[in-house]
Amino acid sequence: MEKQYDVCIIGAGVVGNAVARELSRYHLRAAVVEKESDVSMGTSSRNSGVIHSGIHYKPGTVRAQLNVQGNAMMTDLCRELKVKIQYIGKLTIAQDEEDIQTLHSLKEQGEANGVPGLEILDAEQMQKIQPGVGGIKALLSPSTGIICPYGLAIGLAENAHANGVDFYLSHEVSHISSTGQGFRVKTVAGADLSCSVLVNAAGLYADRLCRMLGITEYSIYPCRGEYLILDKRLQGSLNVLVYPAPRKGGAGLGIHLTNTVDGNILIGPSNEYVDAADDYACTAQIIELLKKEGHELLPGLSTSDFIRNFSGLRPKQTPPEVKGFKDFVIESRKDVPGFINLVGIESPGLTCSPAIALMVRDMVAERLPLREKSSFVAERPGRVGFFHELPPNEQAELVEQNSDYGEIVCRCEQITKKEVLDAIQNPLGVKTVAAIKYRSRAMMGRCQGGFCLPRIVQILQKDFGYRPEDYILNSAGSRLFAGSVR
Amino acid sequence: MNTIKHDVVVIGGGPAGLAAAIAARKNGCKDVLLVERDKRLGGILNQCIHDGFGLHKFNEALTGPEYVQRFIDEFNSLGIDSMLSTIVLSVDGKRNLYVSSRKSLTRIEAGAVILSMGCRERTAGAISLPGTRPAGIYTAGAAQNFINLQNIMVGKKVVILGSGDIGMIMARRMTLEGAKVEAVFEILPYPSGLARNIQQCLHDYDIPLYLSTSVIEIHGKERVTGVTVAGIDKNFKPISGTERYVPCDTILLSVGLIPENELTRGAGIAIESRTSGAGVDDAFMTGVPGIFSCGNVLHVHDLVDHVSDEASLVGEYAVRYLDGEIKTPESYIRIEPRQGVRYVLPQKVSGMRDFTLSLRVTTPSRDRAVWVKDGDRKVARKKLIRLHPAEMIRINIKKEKLQGAKMLEVSVE
Repeated sequence: MEKQYDVCIIGAGVVGNAVARELSRYHLRAAVVEKESDVSMGTSSRNSGVIHSGIHYKPGTVRAQLNVQGNAMMTDLCRELKVKIQYIGKLTIAQDEEDIQTLHSLKEQGEANGVPGLEILDAEQMQKIQPGVGGIKALLSPSTGIICPYGLAIGLAENAHANGVDFYLSHEVSHISSTGQGFRVKTVAGADLSCSVLVNAAGLYADRLCRMLGITEYSIYPCRGEYLILDKRLQGSLNVLVYPAPRKGGAGLGIHLTNTVDGNILIGPSNEYVDAADDYACTAQIIELLKKEGHELLPGLSTSDFIRNFSGLRPKQTPPEVKGFKDFVIESRKDVPGFINLVGIESPGLTCSPAIALMVRDMVAERLPLREKSSFVAERPGRVGFFHELPPNEQAELVEQNSDYGEIVCRCEQITKKEVLDAIQNPLGVKTVAAIKYRSRAMMGRCQGGFCLPRIVQILQKDFGYRPEDYILNSAGSRLFAGSVR
Repeated sequence: MNTIKHDVVVIGGGPAGLAAAIAARKNGCKDVLLVERDKRLGGILNQCIHDGFGLHKFNEALTGPEYVQRFIDEFNSLGIDSMLSTIVLSVDGKRNLYVSSRKSLTRIEAGAVILSMGCRERTAGAISLPGTRPAGIYTAGAAQNFINLQNIMVGKKVVILGSGDIGMIMARRMTLEGAKVEAVFEILPYPSGLARNIQQCLHDYDIPLYLSTSVIEIHGKERVTGVTVAGIDKNFKPISGTERYVPCDTILLSVGLIPENELTRGAGIAIESRTSGAGVDDAFMTGVPGIFSCGNVLHVHDLVDHVSDEASLVGEYAVRYLDGEIKTPESYIRIEPRQGVRYVLPQKVSGMRDFTLSLRVTTPSRDRAVWVKDGDRKVARKKLIRLHPAEMIRINIKKEKLQGAKMLEVSVE
C-alpha cells in the first residue's frame, strides 16, 4: 500500500538524519529510507570523529562556509542530543621554513572563512600544550573538536523519530520515479512511498540514486581509509590533535593520531581508491604501515595496545587519476523539481551536517510551506556520556534507584546492564548486536566482546526471548550462530 | 557510599582466588573476603567441561567444574566471606577498592589485597587480521562459553587459528558436536599448546595441524565464507605462492592469553613486559606493599594445578604480611632471563626464604639443562629431556644458595 509523505530522505547517515531532525521541527510528514539495518552504518560511523575548524578549505566554497557554520552549531546540538563532544583543539605542525609558509596561508585562509582563535605558536608554546611534540612552529585551531560520530548520527535519528519522522530501515530503494507532482519510492523490502520532495543523502550511493532519476553527471569513487584503534591505556598521551602541515601532492590530511571522546586513540586514515562502495576490508600492507606510523608517533606503544582495525569509505567525486577534492554538491534540481541532491559529502561532512540540514530546509521551504510545530522537543532524554564517567556518589545514587546500574556487563568499558538494556530497547527498534554495540559501547573495549557478548546473548535470551537463530550482527545474513547444540 | 573493612581481600573467584582465600583462612586470618563478578565461584573452569585437570595435584583426571568444586567446597566449609555478582571497579595504591553490585556501590579498605583476576583472550583485532569483519569470528573461549554453558552452536565448518590449548580443545568439542573442523593453523614452527592436547584433541580426531601457516585474509561480507591461508617465513611474512583458500563459516581464535591487569595498572603497580603481569618478589608481593598477585593475572600458566599451588603460597604470604613478617627488604637480588629463557618469575628475591622459580623457554629443545647462576657460581640446575615454550618449568631454590648473591641469571645450556 502506498504511504504518503511530504519529504522522503534517502540515506540514514549523519547528513540524512540531520536533515530529518531539522525538518521534524515543522508540520511535515517525513520519512528516512535506509538500506542497512540501522542508521549510521556507512561513512558516518567509519571516520576519525573530528569536528573540523575550517582552515583547510578555500574561502567561498560551500564546504568552507558550512564547515565553520556547522562547527559553531555543534555545542548546542550536542547538548540537546546528549552527545559527547570535546573542543580539544588542533596543532598543525611545521617542520621547516616551507611548512611555516603553509601555516601562515592556512591561518589567512581560516580567518577568511571565519575560523575563530587561530594562532601561530613557537616551539615552546607548542610544548606547553603537547609536551614532546616535534616541530618548529604550529598553527593552533582551538575550535577543532572530537565527537562520537555514530553517537551524533544516532542522536539525530532518535530525536527526529521522537518528533514524528518515520524510519524505514533495511529498505533498499529499488525504484524511484518522478510523477510530476512528486516522487514514488519503492524498496526491495516492499515499501511503497510517495512524496513531494525527495532528498538524496545516499552518500556512497548518491550517484546511483541520481541515475535512477536520469541524472548522469555525477560519479562517486569510494576511497578507503583504514584505521587502527588503540587501547585506552594510552589515554592522556594526547592533549590535542596533532597533524603535520599539509604538503604538496599529499592526499587527504595525512596519517595521524586522533583521540576519541571515549578515550581511545585512532591511527589513520590511509587513502586508497577501491572499486566497491561496500569494500570495508582491511589490508595487510596498510595495517603494517599504520603500525609503523603508530610506533613512531607514540614511542610507548606495545603490540598488545592494538585492539581493532576498521575502514571507512570517502564518497569522492574525483577519480583516482585526478585525486584532490571537489566541493560539495548541494542543489535543488530545476530539471527534476522537488529533488534535493547532496553529492560528494566527504570530509568535513560530519562537521557540516547541521549546516547542510539548514540549507536543505530552505530548499524544502521553496516547495512546501514550513510551519513550526509547537510539539517539537529538541531535547533527547538521557544524559551525556556513560555511567562509568559519573562521579562515585552519583553512581551510588543511581544504583540505589535502579539495580541494573550496579551490574557491569562489559568489564573493559565498564558498561552497566541498564545501559545495555537501554540499547537493546532503542527507540528506532533496531534488533542487531551491532546496534547494542554502537549505542551502549559494550563490546568496544580491549576484549572486543570476548567477555560481554556471552552475557549480552544471555540477556537477550532470558529477557527478550531470543532463539539462537535470532541473533544477527548487522544484516540479515550475518547470523551469529548456527542453532542449538542439541 | 558505605565503606567496609577486611583484612585480606581477594579479587577473583577462579582457581587462583579460591586457593589464595583458603590459604589465607588456614593461615589464621579470620577476616578474608573474596569478590567475584560472576554469580558463581569457579571462574573460567566452569566452562572447561573436558578432563585433564588435577593430574598433578590430586593424581586424578578431573573436569574443570569437578576440579574447582573441591576448592569451592573447602572455601564454603571454612565459612569464608564472598561477594558474588560484584565487580571491582578500581583499586588504589592504598588498598582501597571500589566495588559495584546490584545492591550498591561500596568502598572496601583492605589490609592486604590479592590480585587473581585471570586473563583474557587475544582477539582478531589484537593480531590485526586483514580482511573483512563478518559474523562468525570468535575467540575459542567465547565459543566454549556458548557451546558448553548456553547450548548455542557457533558454526558448522570451522577453521581454528592458533594452536593454543583452548583452540585444540574446542577443535575436539566442535567435532563432537557435529561440526567439521577443517584444520588448525599455527604461525609458529611449533605448537603453542600442550603435547597431550595435540594427541587427544587433534590427532585422535584426524584434524590436521599446519605449522608455520597462518590466516592472511578473512573473507565474507555478512557471515564468514572462507579464509586465505599461507605459509609463513622466519620473519613472519607470508610466503608468496603458498596461498590457498579454505572455505568455512566460522573462525575460532586461540592466539594467546593476556593477563587482565587493568586494575593492577590503576593501583600504580608496574607491569613486566615479559609476563604482562605485575613484577613480584619471592613473596609474590607487587611493587605496592600489601598488594599480591597470583595465577594467570601474574603470568599465564600451563596447568591449573600450578595455579593452585602458587595461589596457596600467596594466601599465606598475605597473612604473614599482615602479621608484619613480610616487609620490603633493603635490597633485592634481581633474577634475569638470559639465553633461551623467555621469562622468569619472581623477577627479584629477598634472599630470606626458599622459593620456586617459574620460567618458560623461548624455543623447543631436547636434553638441555636450565642453569641458575650468580656470576660464575651455580645456584641451581635442572636437567630436562624435553623443553617446550608451552610448558612452564619450575625450579625450587633454597635460601642458603642465595647468600651473598647479587644477581641471578637463568639460561638454557
